[in-house]
Amino acid sequence: MATDVLGARIKRVEDPRFITGKGRYLDDIKLAGMTYMSILRSPYAHANIRSIDTAAARAMPGVVLVLVGADIPYNPLPMAWPAGGVAGIRNNINTPRVLATDSVKWTGEGVAAVIAETVAQAVDALEAIVVEWEPLPVVVDAEKATQPGAPQLHENAPNNVVFEWTVGDKAGTDAALEAAPVIVRQRIVNQRLIPNPMEVRGDIGVYNPGTDEYTIWMSSQTPHIQRLLLSAFVMGIPEHKIRCISPDIGGAFGTKIFCYADMALCLFASKALNGRPVKWVETRRENYQSTIHGRDHITYLEIAGTREGEITGLRVKTYANLGGRLSTIGPGIPTTLYGRVLSGCYRIPNVYCEVTGVYTNTTFVDAYRGAGRPEATYVIERAMDLFADEIGLDPAELRRRNFIAPDKFPYDNPSGLGTASNGEKIYIDSGNYEPAMDMALATAGYASIDKAKADARARGKYLGIGLSTYIEVCGVAPSKWIGAVGEGWGAAMWESANLKIHLTGKVVLTMGTQPQGQGHETTYAQIVSSELGIPMDDIIVQHSDTQGTPFGYGSYGSRTASVGGTAAVKAAGKIREKARQYAAHMLEAAVDDIEVVGAEYRVKGSPEKMKTLQEVVFALDLGFSLPAGMEPYLDETAYYDTPNCTWPFGTHVAIVEIDEETGKVDLVRYVAVDDVGKKINPMIVDGQLHGGIAQGVGQALWEGAVYGDDGQLLSGSMLDYAVPRASWFPNFELGETVTPSPVNPLGVKGVGEAGAIASTAAVANAVIDALSPFGIRHLDMPYTAPKVWRAMHDKEARS
Amino acid sequence: MIPAAFDYARPTSLDEALVLLARGAGNAKVLAGGQSLLPLMRLRLASPGQLIDIGRIAELRTIRDLGGGATGIGALATYRDVLDSELATRNHPILATAIPMIGDVQVRNRGTLAGSIAHADPASDLPAILLALEGTLVIRSGNGERVVAVEGFFQGAFATDLGQDEILTEIRLPATPDGAGMAYRAIEQPASGYSMVGVAAVIGRVGDSIGYARIAITGAGNVAYRAMAVEAALLGSDGGAAAIEAAAAHATDGQVVGSDFNADAEYRTAMAQVYTRRAVEAALAAID
Repeated sequence: MATDVLGARIKRVEDPRFITGKGRYLDDIKLAGMTYMSILRSPYAHANIRSIDTAAARAMPGVVLVLVGADIPYNPLPMAWPAGGVAGIRNNINTPRVLATDSVKWTGEGVAAVIAETVAQAVDALEAIVVEWEPLPVVVDAEKATQPGAPQLHENAPNNVVFEWTVGDKAGTDAALEAAPVIVRQRIVNQRLIPNPMEVRGDIGVYNPGTDEYTIWMSSQTPHIQRLLLSAFVMGIPEHKIRCISPDIGGAFGTKIFCYADMALCLFASKALNGRPVKWVETRRENYQSTIHGRDHITYLEIAGTREGEITGLRVKTYANLGGRLSTIGPGIPTTLYGRVLSGCYRIPNVYCEVTGVYTNTTFVDAYRGAGRPEATYVIERAMDLFADEIGLDPAELRRRNFIAPDKFPYDNPSGLGTASNGEKIYIDSGNYEPAMDMALATAGYASIDKAKADARARGKYLGIGLSTYIEVCGVAPSKWIGAVGEGWGAAMWESANLKIHLTGKVVLTMGTQPQGQGHETTYAQIVSSELGIPMDDIIVQHSDTQGTPFGYGSYGSRTASVGGTAAVKAAGKIREKARQYAAHMLEAAVDDIEVVGAEYRVKGSPEKMKTLQEVVFALDLGFSLPAGMEPYLDETAYYDTPNCTWPFGTHVAIVEIDEETGKVDLVRYVAVDDVGKKINPMIVDGQLHGGIAQGVGQALWEGAVYGDDGQLLSGSMLDYAVPRASWFPNFELGETVTPSPVNPLGVKGVGEAGAIASTAAVANAVIDALSPFGIRHLDMPYTAPKVWRAMHDKEARS
Repeated sequence: MIPAAFDYARPTSLDEALVLLARGAGNAKVLAGGQSLLPLMRLRLASPGQLIDIGRIAELRTIRDLGGGATGIGALATYRDVLDSELATRNHPILATAIPMIGDVQVRNRGTLAGSIAHADPASDLPAILLALEGTLVIRSGNGERVVAVEGFFQGAFATDLGQDEILTEIRLPATPDGAGMAYRAIEQPASGYSMVGVAAVIGRVGDSIGYARIAITGAGNVAYRAMAVEAALLGSDGGAAAIEAAAAHATDGQVVGSDFNADAEYRTAMAQVYTRRAVEAALAAID
C-alpha cells in the first residue's frame, strides 16, 4: 500500500480555490428570480410585543413579502439534547419560534422579516415596521438570575432554571472534602465568547411548487441533521421533501451545527412567494447578537487533598448561562461534555458536580470549539494550580503525582463517564501523560524559569509560566452508549462513506461529514489513496448535499478523522475485497490466492499473473463477464459506529510577560506537546493546533462578550470585541508524542479542538504565576491591560 | 450593513464642491477617504442625505513645501501619501513613526489626515500629533477662507468648529525648532486598535535644559488636548527622570477623563502619565 501518502504533509487540495477567490460560499450563490430577506431584531433584551404594524413596510419599494411570527405555523425550534443521564432530571424547555410571537428574551431575537427584490430594499423596509413594545425587567447574569426576586423569563422555568443536573458521588465527595487536610475554594468565571467564524451564516430557501419539494442552501456543519430537524420537528413536512446543501464554509467553530430560525423562515417565505428563491445572509452585527455564543460559566470549585499533594476530592458547582431561549443542544454542553470530564487526566477518587442551567436575557449559548471541555479543563487546571500554591508544591510536580498512571487504562473516570444507567460504560482507553509533560517542560526551560523571571524584572516585566495538562474526548461514541445513558441525545454518532470507482479508474468518495475549512478533501483522499494504492489526483471527495451523500451527523467534536475516516477505510476495504474477488475471476484463480499490493492484485507465487485495480474496475464496471452472483460496478457504502471515544492529551506551556506600568500581558512563548494519535496529514494537524491555540489564548487575554445591565450587547462589533490578530502571537513551538488510538484502524484521535481546550488554562495559569509576587491567586479572564493593572494596583495599595 | 439611501455628487473642483455643500447644508457630508464615515453609514449610525465626494478634486491632493520647514497637507493626502512624502517626514519626523500606528494598511491607503481631523473621533491618534506640532487648518466655504489652529478646533467627541458649509482643505504644519525630538506613544484598545491613551511629544533642548515642549494627549479627555501643565513643568527642567516623572503627573490636569467598559478613568489617567513619560523620554532620545 502507498503508506507514504498517509502521514504526509501534502498541500491541501482545497486551497487553490480558496486562496484564489474561487471558493463558492453561500453568499456567492445567485439564483434566477432571487429575493432577499432581512430580519427585524429586538432592540430590547426583554419585552412583550403588544403589536406589530407592517403596513408601511409592505408599501415600500421592492418589498414582496413581510412576515411576523403569527404568519408562520411552524413549531418552535427543536431541543435535541436536554440535560439527562440521571433519573428525574427535569428540563424546562423553551426554544425560539421562527419569529417571536408574544415576547422577546434577548436583544437581537427576530420579530419580523422583510423579503424584497434587493437587500437594500429589504433593509430599508425594516425601518418602516412599527413595533409597540412593553419593556420588562432584565437579568443577564446566570447566578443573579436564580436569586429570589430576579426577573422571570419563562412561566415554566421558576427562578429561570432550565435544569439542575448532577454527576458523581455526592456523599463520597462530601466525606472526602470533610476529611481532607487541605481544601482550596475559588469562584471562577469562564466568560462568554463570540465565536467569530470568518464567514457569517446564511441560507437560500427554494420551494418547488411543481413537486412540493424544498431545497435549502445553508452555511451548516450538519446538513443531514438539519433536514431531519426542519422536516420532522419544525415544519412538519416529510423528510424526503427537503434537500439541504452546504456549500463551501468559511469557518464555523460549532456555530453552524444548529437549527436556526432563519432556515425555516427562508423556506416558508419561498413557499409563500410560490417558489422564488429567498436569500438571507446575516450581518456581522446579527452574527454577534443572534448566532450562538459560547462558554459563560460561573463556577464555585473546591479541591481537596493532602499536604503531600495527593488530590482526594473535587466538588464543583456551576451556573451555566444558556441565554434567553435554548439553542439546539445547549443543555448538553455544560453537562455531559463538561461535568463528566472535570477530573481531566488525574486520578481523583471523589468527584461531584452540580450544574444549574439558567435562562438570562442574552443570546443563546451552545457548542463553541471544545464545547464544555475547555470549561472543564479551565476548572481543573486552575484548581491544580491553586492547590499547588496552597501546599507550596511545584504545579508540575503536583500534576505528576496525580496523573492516571499508564498501566491504569482503560480507566473508569469517577466524574461520570462510566455511570451509565443500564451498564453501558465508556472508559478512557489510553494515555501516557508524563512524557508529554516532560517534553513540554524541557522545551519551555521550566527548570531555569526563576532566572528568566529575574531577567524580566530587570526589564520592568513580571514573567509567568503556566501549564495545562489536558485530556480531550473526541468523536463522542458509541451510539449504544449515547442512547443507553439516557443523556437525551436525539442522535446517534456513527458516520458514513460511499466509495465509487468509475470505469476509467477515477474515484469518488462521498461522505456524510461536512468540512468547514479543515481540509477533508485532502485527508480523506489520503486515506483512500493509501488504502487502494490510487494516486491522490485520481480521487475526489464529495460532501455537503443530502441529495447524493449518505446520511451523516456532520463535523464537530473532533470526530471526523476518527469516525468518518474509519468509515472511509471500511468502504475502501469493501471495494478492495470485491476487486479481489473479481481479479480472481479475471485471473482464473481462487480468491484466497489473490494478494493485494497497492493497486496490484496478484496471484500468490506468480507475481507475473496480476491485474491492476484499473483493469479490474474497467471490466467489473462494464460487467460483460461477471462471476455468478456478483453485481457490476465498484460502489460500496460503509457505516461506522466507533466502539469508544478517542482520548487525546498533552501539555501546553505558556510564558507571559506583564508590563509593570500598564498591566499589558504579552504572550512571549508557547509550547504545546500534543498526543493526537497518528496523523493523516501533520501539516493540517499543525494548522488545527495553531488555530485552536490562538482561539483559546484569545479567551485568556482579550475576548469577552459583555452585556450591560439593560441587556444590550456592549461588545456588539469587532470594534469592541477583540478577535486575536496573528501579530499578537509568538511562533508556536509544537512537539508531539504519538500513542495511537486503539479504537480505530487509523490510530487517529482528533485535533480540531485540542488547542482551544488546552491553551486558555495554560495562559491563565501563566498570568496568575506572573502576578504571584502581588499575592494574587486568581483573577477572572480576560486579562486585559486595565484589568491586570487594576489587580496589581489594588494589591500594591493594600500592602 | 447597508447604508440608507443617499444622493451622491462628485464635483471636480473645490468651488463646485462648496456650492453643493452650501446647497445641501446640514444634510450633506463630505466624503474623502471614507474610512470613518462609511462604516458609520453601513451601521446606519450616520445617514446623510447626500455625499459630496471630493476624491476627484486634484487641487486637494497635495503635499506642499511651505518653506522653512513648514508643510501643507492637502485634504486628499492619505496617510500613505504622507508616509511616502520625503518632505513631510523630513520636516516632521513624528509622522513617519506615528502614522504606521494608525489603522491598518488598507485604512492608511485610503484614509486622509484631513478626514480624520474633520471626523474628530476622540480616540484617534492624529489630533494629538497635530496639536503637538501646532498645526493649523485651512477652512474654505463659499464665503472665503479662514485659518484656525488645531487647538480649539475640537469641540467635543465628533464635534468641531467646522461649519456645515465648510470644507477643511489643508493642514499646515509649521517648522519645529531645529534639533527638536519628537515621538508618539500609545496604548491600544485591542479590539478596535484605537488608542485608549496616546501621547505626542515634541521636545527641544536649550543647553542642558528643556527649552521647548509641546505635549498633546488623545483618548483620555473627550477631545485631544495640549497638556499645558506638563509642558510648563518640563520647560527649564533638566529633562532627567525625576523631572519627567514630575511633569507627567500633570498629564490629565483639568481634564474630565473618560470611562468605558474597556478602560475606566483611573486607568486612563494612570496611562496618560505613563505614556506621557514614555513619549517625552522617546522625544528626548530623538533629539539630534
